[in-house]
Amino acid sequence: MIHFDDVTFTYAEKSEPTIRRLTLEIPEGELALVVGQTGSGKTTLLRAINGLVPHFTGGTLQGRITIDGRDTATYPPRELADLVGVVPQDPMSSFVTDMVEDELAYGMECLGLAPAVMRRRVEEILDLMGIADLRDRPITTLSGGQRQRVAIGAVLTSHPKVLVLDEPTSALDPGAAEEVLAALQRLVHDLGVTVVMAEHRLERVVQYADRVILVPGGNAPITWGDPAVMMLSTPMAPPVVHLGRLAGWSPLPLSVRDARRSASGLRSLLIGQQPHLRSVRSAPVPVAEIDSLVVRYGQRVALREVSITVDAGTITALMGRNGAGKSSLLNALVGLVPHAAGSVTFHAAAAQDHPSRNVLATVGLVPQEPGDLLEAITVAEECRHADRDAGCAAGTTRALLALLAPEITDTTHPRDLSEGQRLLLALTIMLAARPPLLLLDEPTRGLDYPTKHRLAAILRDLADAGHAVVLATHDVELVAEVADRVIVLADGEVVADGSTTDIVTSSPMFAPQVAKVLAPGPFLTVDQVRTAISEESA
Amino acid sequence: MTITGPVALGSQSLPRWIHPGAWWLWALALALAASRTTNPLLLILIVTVAGIVVYRRRPNAPWARSFSFFLALGAVIIVIRVVAQAILGASFGTVLVVDLPSVQLPTFMAGLTLGGPVYLESLLGALYDGMRLATIIACVGAANSLASPTRLLKSVPAALYEVGVAVVVAVSFVPRLVEHVVSTRHTRKLRGRTTRGVRAIAGSAVPVLHGALESSVVLAAAMDSRGYGRRAPVSTMSRRTTSAAVLIGLVCVVIGSYGLLSPGMPAIVAIAFILLGLFGSAAGLWWASKSRTRTVYRPDPWWLPEWLLAASAIGVVVAFIYVGNMFPALLVTSTMPPAIPALPMLCVIALVCAATPGWFTPRPPLHSSTPVVVEVRT
Repeated sequence: MIHFDDVTFTYAEKSEPTIRRLTLEIPEGELALVVGQTGSGKTTLLRAINGLVPHFTGGTLQGRITIDGRDTATYPPRELADLVGVVPQDPMSSFVTDMVEDELAYGMECLGLAPAVMRRRVEEILDLMGIADLRDRPITTLSGGQRQRVAIGAVLTSHPKVLVLDEPTSALDPGAAEEVLAALQRLVHDLGVTVVMAEHRLERVVQYADRVILVPGGNAPITWGDPAVMMLSTPMAPPVVHLGRLAGWSPLPLSVRDARRSASGLRSLLIGQQPHLRSVRSAPVPVAEIDSLVVRYGQRVALREVSITVDAGTITALMGRNGAGKSSLLNALVGLVPHAAGSVTFHAAAAQDHPSRNVLATVGLVPQEPGDLLEAITVAEECRHADRDAGCAAGTTRALLALLAPEITDTTHPRDLSEGQRLLLALTIMLAARPPLLLLDEPTRGLDYPTKHRLAAILRDLADAGHAVVLATHDVELVAEVADRVIVLADGEVVADGSTTDIVTSSPMFAPQVAKVLAPGPFLTVDQVRTAISEESA
Repeated sequence: MTITGPVALGSQSLPRWIHPGAWWLWALALALAASRTTNPLLLILIVTVAGIVVYRRRPNAPWARSFSFFLALGAVIIVIRVVAQAILGASFGTVLVVDLPSVQLPTFMAGLTLGGPVYLESLLGALYDGMRLATIIACVGAANSLASPTRLLKSVPAALYEVGVAVVVAVSFVPRLVEHVVSTRHTRKLRGRTTRGVRAIAGSAVPVLHGALESSVVLAAAMDSRGYGRRAPVSTMSRRTTSAAVLIGLVCVVIGSYGLLSPGMPAIVAIAFILLGLFGSAAGLWWASKSRTRTVYRPDPWWLPEWLLAASAIGVVVAFIYVGNMFPALLVTSTMPPAIPALPMLCVIALVCAATPGWFTPRPPLHSSTPVVVEVRT
């Protein structure tokens, strides 16, 4: 179905090719998963499939890409629209119309299908994607998961043979991600659609894939193969694979179910063991106190009398589905949204000796759209600005960035960075200021596993140095790795608040893979299991 | 045995969307009528008719609440017009309302007077003038409430579709820009920078423009990959011919309209120009549409209610033009000396007819779901 024949692609202003001598064939009806580092060229590979690369982006493409016999050199994206459906990374920015039903019909209108056909297909897709109750809703009123399903439905109405998705679940809560993946499964199984999908959250998708395409970035060649084989060696692997490697299971488990069937020995080995948790100060020092905080947007109440105390030296995770009030809470803490009632008190002791004389002396937030934070024209300049804003020594931000993302170069324009790299830069700017209270809104969107580990280590260091960290996230694996405390929000209220182990193991939705495999044991991460095993054998 | 209802209504009168073109035609006819008169009674009647129909037939949608905004805008315009006349305008007449202290302006502003005596006649003239403008704005507001401009786009001829999309994208660009301005201000705050002053504006201009431009590029890429701009193969020659036909046609329409409004050209010649121009553009558009592969999903039908709506609109225009030509004094209320406004029966009847769509057109469909931001999970 998809043939890459000795393809090399170079962006106009780059000297090194992004794709180098790739020969690849994806047969019909396969679900191929594209895996790779942040900024390694996954998006470029996906966009080459429908000709957006190079027709839309510019650059030089050598070799041939044919989709069902059509050469992308002679067919621009619009002439491939009936064959390839593309769902971009951020569906909201790619909607053309403002109502759900019109959006579903848009592609078919462009293809010139007969009105009767369009009418029938819209009804079919509404049912297939489970969005029939949203048909006459304005798109702006939909939640993240609903938008993603509408975006997929909107390309499916043209009956493409190939569906290309760029991180379809990265912005979604675990429940919404499951809905989207279930819909994709149905497409592959029932309709024989060929699906090519890039995703960082392998724990969600790798068990569905027929093939993994690894885009390592740099000058290393693109490789592919059976998921279980590919997962043996790559660092881009979900926790269940790391656990399987640690325990030496063969074949390597890709899903929680496979792992559980092999895990009886490991479970009995770990009986009676307790994981080592990060030690938290016994006498808590509050950094911020939130007292019956109410936030409302017109008639909609985003937070209802929420009271939380954040202590120094702790990492707190805010969880809950899209629209539960997580971002509202973070924004209210830095004063970006007005408080309708209640109060937020910062205990200034920590801020006394902070070098900067502004808001960063009390609290720093990395927003959900990190691109807005960047305004310089090179990465180096951005870092210098950040040093000045934070009042820290020159070069601090740049050094930290080198630690988090060694591949980012000084002269790059921040807008040319990949989604994940931009997030890293924004994170670094805030981390460099070392505010007593650091807030992160969805800090792992578009980040690969190694980068996530580095981020987790930096957050733990910050907490050990007495800073408080609050992160709003859907990433249960990150929560298991770093958080001491989890607060679950629903509909603007706190529905659960307790230690990470208690909260995540009690909920199937929020449990990390290791906890699911080793239940009822209290282990959450592979590192905890590794320590426990080495102690057992010692 | 067959069972029949009390009246065989047919599916035409079931709740459905009225063709947006019909609503805009109706509203523009009212606006045209308003532009021909300064008779306050007729102007009030026009606004009332528009208000009644909007109240009875507007859908339950975000854009439908804009009518009161347009009314308020009209009221502001009337106030500004009258106050400006009182303070700035040269006032003539016999009935003195108030004598404001006058300010001597330097000679290079000799045309302007500030203050001085204010006469009733001038004030009335300003009031009627303001009312006329406010009424026209209210009519546009009525069209906006009854049928959103994006719905109107669906009925645009295929040949003009690209232009229509450009307009819609441009319109949606502004809210995006505002969104970016807000979020950039927020993030400047997060970095501990000032959000006021020249430096702040200069500093945030780059990310704002970048962001808005980037979202436009993303949208363009998405539209391209979904097939926007596909067309059947057409020769350059035939494309140029159709463009020329449309262009010449539109020029003829412009000449004709000018002739109709100015006394210089005989009416018959002007009408001939308009008809010729309309025919030329229609033929061009029809020919150009043949080269498009685009189709329309669930196009709004043009059935009997739409025809009746169009007829009521044409009735209003004809009545006002006829009365205006035959008895100009009935439409232009004298302010010098102030006269009691007349009430021409023909115009009143036409306006009453224009209010009947509030009853005979089918109701807009109810939304099956009200917008909620809670996600339902199974």
